[in-house]
Amino acid sequence: MLRVEHLRKVYGEGTRRPFEAVADLSVTVAEHEFVSIVGPSGAGKTTLLKCVAGLLPQTSGAVYLDDEEVIGPPEKMALVFQDYSRSLYPWMTVQDNIAFPLRRRKLGKAATRELIQDTLRSVGLGEAGAKYPWQLSGGMQQRVAIARALAYQPEILLMDEPFASVDAQTRADLEDLVLDLRDRYGITILFVTHDIDEAVYLSDRVVVLTPAPTRVAEIVDVPLARPRDQVETKEQPEFAHLRAYVWRSIKRPEHAATASV
Amino acid sequence: MRAPRRPLRILGVGLEIAVPIAVLVLWAVLSRDGSSFYFPPLLDIFRTFQETWLFTRVGSDVVPSLARLLTGYAIAVVAAVVIGVALGSSHLLRRMVDPVVQFLRAIPPPVLIPAGILVLGVNSTMKVALIAFVCFWPVLLNTIDGVDGVDPTLRETARSFHIRRRDRLFRVVLPSAAPQIFAGARVSLALAVIMMVVSEMVASTNGIGYFVLQSQRTYAITEMWSGILLLAILGYALNGLFLLVERQVLKWHRGVRAGSV
Repeated sequence: MLRVEHLRKVYGEGTRRPFEAVADLSVTVAEHEFVSIVGPSGAGKTTLLKCVAGLLPQTSGAVYLDDEEVIGPPEKMALVFQDYSRSLYPWMTVQDNIAFPLRRRKLGKAATRELIQDTLRSVGLGEAGAKYPWQLSGGMQQRVAIARALAYQPEILLMDEPFASVDAQTRADLEDLVLDLRDRYGITILFVTHDIDEAVYLSDRVVVLTPAPTRVAEIVDVPLARPRDQVETKEQPEFAHLRAYVWRSIKRPEHAATASV
Repeated sequence: MRAPRRPLRILGVGLEIAVPIAVLVLWAVLSRDGSSFYFPPLLDIFRTFQETWLFTRVGSDVVPSLARLLTGYAIAVVAAVVIGVALGSSHLLRRMVDPVVQFLRAIPPPVLIPAGILVLGVNSTMKVALIAFVCFWPVLLNTIDGVDGVDPTLRETARSFHIRRRDRLFRVVLPSAAPQIFAGARVSLALAVIMMVVSEMVASTNGIGYFVLQSQRTYAITEMWSGILLLAILGYALNGLFLLVERQVLKWHRGVRAGSV
């Protein structure tokens, strides 16, 4: 379980022009839950994610993963960044990229190779191990990044707008892939996106943020049936209703000033 | 960049071979009657070249020259990469050292020969030290730049996956900075040849630079030209060797660049 309690982040504190990116943010993600975070651009989504990932120290408040306070990057957590072309190491082959975080775990050569092959196969890239990332398309590179995160065997996966730079068709494929992998590997996912359809389609709950200084505007439950389907789920009136609801929640002007839940 | 069409490529390779041959033929024709004392017939130069450098003076002049060149160069590259990584990783350290670096780098290297003779004497150590001094700066500045410029997303990926310090240095920072390190090392290689010759002209009893100056002083003009020819060939060969290594080590870099265009 992931708990974020009264997280606050101010950039440039003590300078003449400090910037309060996150004002006061609390959210809980249960085990095996899929929670999306949406908000207007500049809503401190990435800041929030970096604090949760232990990559950025918060100004105050705390993040707990399984009741342990997050101070640095937790061992049970893996990250998938938006910019796959900059998070994969271009001098390593696909399989070396996946093996790299596993080096210190000393699983043995055969076991490592098997794990790499398994995860590559589960993202549909069974044949690409010996290639370099730059020899693959954008969607395939993001699959490699997801495979690397899976091979790390995390309990929770943080994804920062992972499909923002791929085309629509690839994006739909990758969304379904992530849902499928979540079921298969039983991982918790915290997913940052600016795409409301995507958030509603994927999630159990959607956390709507206000513009900076960010607070939680609203948390929306998504009771759509699973497994979800790009066509069937999205043609349900309930989907349309939820997506409109989240949309309005983001656009509501009073959030900018004083929103809280 | 796309590879040019086949006929164009054949034309390109053909010209690459034909132009140097044409230049040599022109030189041979213009100098054939030996009417100028300073420009002996090219064929005489070739004959002298063969008598002198294949392989009578290899042990006495070429080997000492090359040994000093390579020793000085190697010391410079290793020291510059080590120090460059340290400086590139710390803004504070870099700010402290920068004025000193800029100041030392501004010294025209040959002017250090008199001081070198005083301090180290007229020997190989002095020449190696001077070559190393000259070669140090381009590699240092490029390494600092390269290490400082490692993509933050790559760094954060490494942190979030708990990549060990050693792996972070040797498998993330150094490969990422390698294209710039190589660019610096290539500049240094040319400087090393220059410094080798200059140091041998001022204070030496052997070496190719010494031979050229000695020949000129004794009006052995053909010998002088043969030495110059040898230096040109050596410089060309060293650069070619360097490119061969670079091409191998930075294969991924060419791939990334070709992919992103």
